[in-house]
Amino acid sequence: MSKVVFDRPHALSDVPLHYCPGCTHGIVHRLVAQTIDELGIEDKTIGIAPVGCSVFAYNYFECDMIQAAHGRAPAVATGVKRSLPDKVVFTYQGDGDLAAIGTAESVHIAARVENITIIFINNAIYGMTGGQMAPTSLLGQVTTTSPYGRDPKIQGNPIRVCEMLATLDGTAYAERVAVDTVQHVNATKKAIKKAFQMQLEGKGFSIVEVISSCPVQWGKTPVEALEWIRTDMIPHYPLGVYKDITANS
Amino acid sequence: MNRVTFNVDRCKGCGLCVAFCPKKIITLSSDILNAKGYHPAQITEPEKCIACAMCATMCPDTVIKVEKEI
Amino acid sequence: MAKVLMKGNEAVAEAAIRSGCRHYFGYPITPQTEIAEYMAKRMPKVGGLCLQAESEISAINMVMGAASAGVRAMTSSSSPGISLKCEGISYIAGCDLPCLILNVQRGGPGLGGIQPAQSDYWQATKAMGHGDLHLIVLAPSSVQEMASLANKAFDLADKYRMPAMLLADGALGQMMEPVDLDGIKAPEAVCKPWATCGHDGKRKKNITNSLYINPDDLEKTVIERFARYETVKANEIMYEEYLTEDADIVVVAYGITARICRSAVAMARAQGVKVGLFRPITLWPYPYEALGRLADTASRFIVSELNMGQMIDDVKIAINCRRPVDFCGRTGGVLLTPEEILNAILGGKK
Repeated sequence: MSKVVFDRPHALSDVPLHYCPGCTHGIVHRLVAQTIDELGIEDKTIGIAPVGCSVFAYNYFECDMIQAAHGRAPAVATGVKRSLPDKVVFTYQGDGDLAAIGTAESVHIAARVENITIIFINNAIYGMTGGQMAPTSLLGQVTTTSPYGRDPKIQGNPIRVCEMLATLDGTAYAERVAVDTVQHVNATKKAIKKAFQMQLEGKGFSIVEVISSCPVQWGKTPVEALEWIRTDMIPHYPLGVYKDITANS
Repeated sequence: MNRVTFNVDRCKGCGLCVAFCPKKIITLSSDILNAKGYHPAQITEPEKCIACAMCATMCPDTVIKVEKEI
Repeated sequence: MAKVLMKGNEAVAEAAIRSGCRHYFGYPITPQTEIAEYMAKRMPKVGGLCLQAESEISAINMVMGAASAGVRAMTSSSSPGISLKCEGISYIAGCDLPCLILNVQRGGPGLGGIQPAQSDYWQATKAMGHGDLHLIVLAPSSVQEMASLANKAFDLADKYRMPAMLLADGALGQMMEPVDLDGIKAPEAVCKPWATCGHDGKRKKNITNSLYINPDDLEKTVIERFARYETVKANEIMYEEYLTEDADIVVVAYGITARICRSAVAMARAQGVKVGLFRPITLWPYPYEALGRLADTASRFIVSELNMGQMIDDVKIAINCRRPVDFCGRTGGVLLTPEEILNAILGGKK
């Protein structure tokens, strides 16, 4: 007699993913789908896909999906949520989408206290377009638009999104997690579920920033890329809860 | 016996399951190519599997299904 | 005069640098990201700046700032990103500032596709921003023209104090051809007495502004600007004709499509059909007169574009609807084949 302890969640569509081998988008997609299954909300969830590698996320979740213009997912999400307040609305965005072109939308969704969840994939690079610098790329990081290493005098400093959005009164929950180890993946799942739960309880805006890997554009093997998360990304982007209005102070 | 099933044609041979299996019983098959041209992951010593599901947890493509004997 | 084998995107970037541009502001978008990547490598070596902005909107406003400061500045993008720039381009036009904007067109509308298209023709020539305005719009048809027209665009923009656009497409951006860069030169330092570069106590202040609260003032400014546009129309129209002298059928096409049409015209000529090709190079100002003259001798026009039919309207205007005008096009990123155009020439209406 045996029981299944791990299988594909229903909310994750049974189709091949287009992501590169070892890209952690796949892990996070699955965690979001598991959350949707466990909370039993697939039938009332609407997800917003960004522009970036995860543009095709509209093919990977079984709930209703919208593909939004670059950076505008939070605004599109606002349009949905304000029209259908009892539905669950989440955006899934990369670092270019959320922290470059979409910075205003990201700030204002928190300021407006939109009861929406953002899953933010931070892999410090633009994957889909071939490896350009992201707002979260590290100083010294070589990308195709910082070919001599990111220089603060020319390309500025990286942006810490969780810290920034935590300063806004409308942010109910902001946590930074990573997917470089099994333990961290499990913690990411917990954070995503908490964020969705916050939305169900009407607590306000929630964001989970997931430090993720991009093996191909980082020029590393999938395993080496996870190691780089540990050695280089996490020291600059410390994991932890940056805001939680439900926690005892 | 615990059982691990691989959806062979979805595997991209990324090697994460190989790296994270605590029993070190997963390898990328060097002589098999799946439909997409990758060397898919496979279990070498299935009787040693403890159904921890760490492989499945780290797999980005939901290739692995884990069943635990009860 | 050694030629270099270059990709279109890289040729336009190199030509811009050789034309004296030291300020590039852009954002990644397929199929033109190589321009930003080339600039990122090259600009520091010539003491210039390549700045990847947070968005295309930010980039066009950075161009406005640099242009107002008196330097040669440019940005590049592809269709969805160009849409974002509309407001900024309107400001630049309304402030009479020179700059270069490059659109490497892709399939649309919306996020569309990443393959080549020409579906931004209306946007570029008729609606590049709100208000009464025009941009000089140049349409390269080869990697060499990506370079030489970039140089020409900077010169025209400076001469007439208006934005210039290079309307290219993903095929031209990605393909590789030999380029002669020797003829691409920067001018002597162009004095821009209107630039907001600090009056240094030596002159009256300069203002870069497009706000005219008094409607009489606004009308006057726009009318003056349009008088300048008339000078552009009188002096800067460019086009190319291929076998049109005795042509009974004239194919009209620009950009990559003109290359494909040229093959089709040659194939039709081999079958004894008297057909020629008229290739506008300036899409604004449009060569209405030169094209219109062909209606004296030709009996049929075929417009070929990678869209649902946009330039066809200008062709009908040019010939005053004197002759039938057929359309042969594909859209969405699908490229025409010479055979499809040949079929249209031989009489299969499309």
